Amino acid sequence: MDGIYLDNNATTRVDDAVVAAMLPFFTEQFGNPSSMHSFGNKVGLAIKKARMQVQELLGAEHESEIIFTSCGTESDSTAILSALKANPERKQIITTTIEHPAVLALCSHLEKEGYKTHFLKVDNKGRLDLDEYARLLTDQVAVVSVMWANNETGSLFPVEKMAEMASAVGIPFHTDAVQAVGKVPIDLKNSKIDMLSLSGHKLHAPKGVGVLYLKRGVRFRPLLRGGHQERGRRAGTENSASIVGLGLACEQAMKHMHYENTEVMRLRDKLEAGILAKVPRAFATGDVDNRLPNTSNIAFEFIEGEAILLLLNKFGIAASSGSACTSGSLEPSHVMRAMGIPYTAAHGTIRFSLSRYSTEAEVDRVIQVVPEIIAQLRKMSPYWGENGPAEEPDKAFAPVYA
Amino acid sequence: MWDYSDKVKEHFFSPRNSGAMDDANAVGDVGSLNCGDALRLMLKVDPETETIQDARFQTFGCGSAIASSSALTEIIKGMSLDEALKVSNQDIADYLDGLPPEKMHCSVMGREALQAAVANYRGEEWKDDHEEGALICKCFAIDAVLIEETVRANKLSTVEDVINYTKAGGGCSSCHEGIEEILVKVMAERGESFNPHAVVAKPEEEKPAKMNNLQRIKRIETILDSIRPQLQRDHGDIELVDVDGKTIYVNMIGACSGCQMEAQTLQGIQTKLMEDLGEFVKVVPSRAGSYARAASHV
Repeated sequence: MDGIYLDNNATTRVDDAVVAAMLPFFTEQFGNPSSMHSFGNKVGLAIKKARMQVQELLGAEHESEIIFTSCGTESDSTAILSALKANPERKQIITTTIEHPAVLALCSHLEKEGYKTHFLKVDNKGRLDLDEYARLLTDQVAVVSVMWANNETGSLFPVEKMAEMASAVGIPFHTDAVQAVGKVPIDLKNSKIDMLSLSGHKLHAPKGVGVLYLKRGVRFRPLLRGGHQERGRRAGTENSASIVGLGLACEQAMKHMHYENTEVMRLRDKLEAGILAKVPRAFATGDVDNRLPNTSNIAFEFIEGEAILLLLNKFGIAASSGSACTSGSLEPSHVMRAMGIPYTAAHGTIRFSLSRYSTEAEVDRVIQVVPEIIAQLRKMSPYWGENGPAEEPDKAFAPVYA
Repeated sequence: MWDYSDKVKEHFFSPRNSGAMDDANAVGDVGSLNCGDALRLMLKVDPETETIQDARFQTFGCGSAIASSSALTEIIKGMSLDEALKVSNQDIADYLDGLPPEKMHCSVMGREALQAAVANYRGEEWKDDHEEGALICKCFAIDAVLIEETVRANKLSTVEDVINYTKAGGGCSSCHEGIEEILVKVMAERGESFNPHAVVAKPEEEKPAKMNNLQRIKRIETILDSIRPQLQRDHGDIELVDVDGKTIYVNMIGACSGCQMEAQTLQGIQTKLMEDLGEFVKVVPSRAGSYARAASHV
């Protein structure tokens, strides 16, 4: 086995068929789709096909609702900033405490420019309080931006319902669906979602391509001006090879949707149950009954995530962690803190995210390796005694400074 | 993935002296669960000679925290307590062939645990004297708390001031937005507002007329003297070796020598020399190969 990749929420392997479909667009199909000649025309047709493939996966009513961008982050920024510019008299934004930094950092930055952002809190399973949300929906709000699925825990938010609530009072609704697209069925034509962001590299398409879905009729102000591409809504020469790749990846995701929600989910459940059965003082975080089929986030108490990752890596296993040290910041993941996960566990959270390429043998191997790694690190931890946590860890280890 | 040196990886995968020590007579605990980093250093000290006979550690933390703890125990075994107290965090980092700037605090934690353990042995009380903030300047590993305190204490008002006082922002300059944010905040506390176009108050110096060689070298010495305190604060130093036309040869001493930031430090010194001399010069370490080694860390 050459490495077990369980970090598919970070990025995915590009599907072989997707690579093959892209290759001609670097060489013989190099034309600019805007050109009049036949070099450009064929590329234009290929992009049109890709647009329809994306439309199909999202269940969008019109293909013109699909705007190709460079990434999920660009789509998020475009959506939120457009809503603000289109509604200049409204100075409030509603989002959640556990968004991806693409939304969170933008909203925090906008606070410096005079906007008020309401960050909806979550409970210990990462669930929102819809009554709190309802109270905040006033005519002062320019946009609501809520993620469909959380990248760390996989927990799903009721975005369709939240979009209806926003729509009822005339507030545009955006969802960052980067983790959800391709893993959960989406039917935008029958929803009140106005804008949706997706990212190619999360669903076996290449990095550097994304989509902003913009419901027909929603007031829009472009982020990039300077050309007629994407009907003037996103200027800049099309990344044609990647767009073609994303189109095919969406078609493939549609085909594998059932597999993702049965077989991938079974493997994920087996992995999680297998680890929790063997490792004491460990638990799954998030809304475990309502989450993406591929994601499991496990907190291991009294040890630190980066150390776990380094040892996993030694065994060829790739995962990720919400620990402070992996990011270079001093605080553990904002998602774990928002859910009130105690520090004893937040630093030791590990996210395993599977894909349709994950195998039973890989899962078995991880179940075998993880307990040894955890035991090895706990042996080194001052918070861990012979066979369990030190009695009252805070007292057993009370350093001079805290 | 962090760019850890082979030595860091080696000490992480096979830590030396890890685990509890039953007969320790000096114990230093630093860090906390909240910080995500905690280290207990246990020493067996010979009461006659004050020699460290054995050292063990228990660490809750990331790869570099565990490697730093392991390195620390190896360094101090056999030392007297007084010798051990002279071990700086840079010594720990050097022993591991350098640490990424974001991880330098792991070596600081090691040195603090050592101070705490010695204080514990001597029945003294050890107090941590620093607080850590989010890392702002990645080139020189300077955090927000240090910048904020320096801005407050010295009433700084420009990014250039911050660079001169803390080195933060003096490298790649990507963190200037973060530094400006700190200036905005601290200046607001004293009722001022940050002006990005403020001109740095620099006394108008007359462009020196063509200097002779001796004047020029003396001038270079004076400039290096003005930089020296910053280097000494990091347990390093610099000496002038030779001046050959536009090339200035220097020796980096102490912690500066082989420091992973050496190349950037030299770059900063070169910029300062060019500004003050009003001419283009090149600063080159006289020790052969030291540049190459420094470059491999950056």
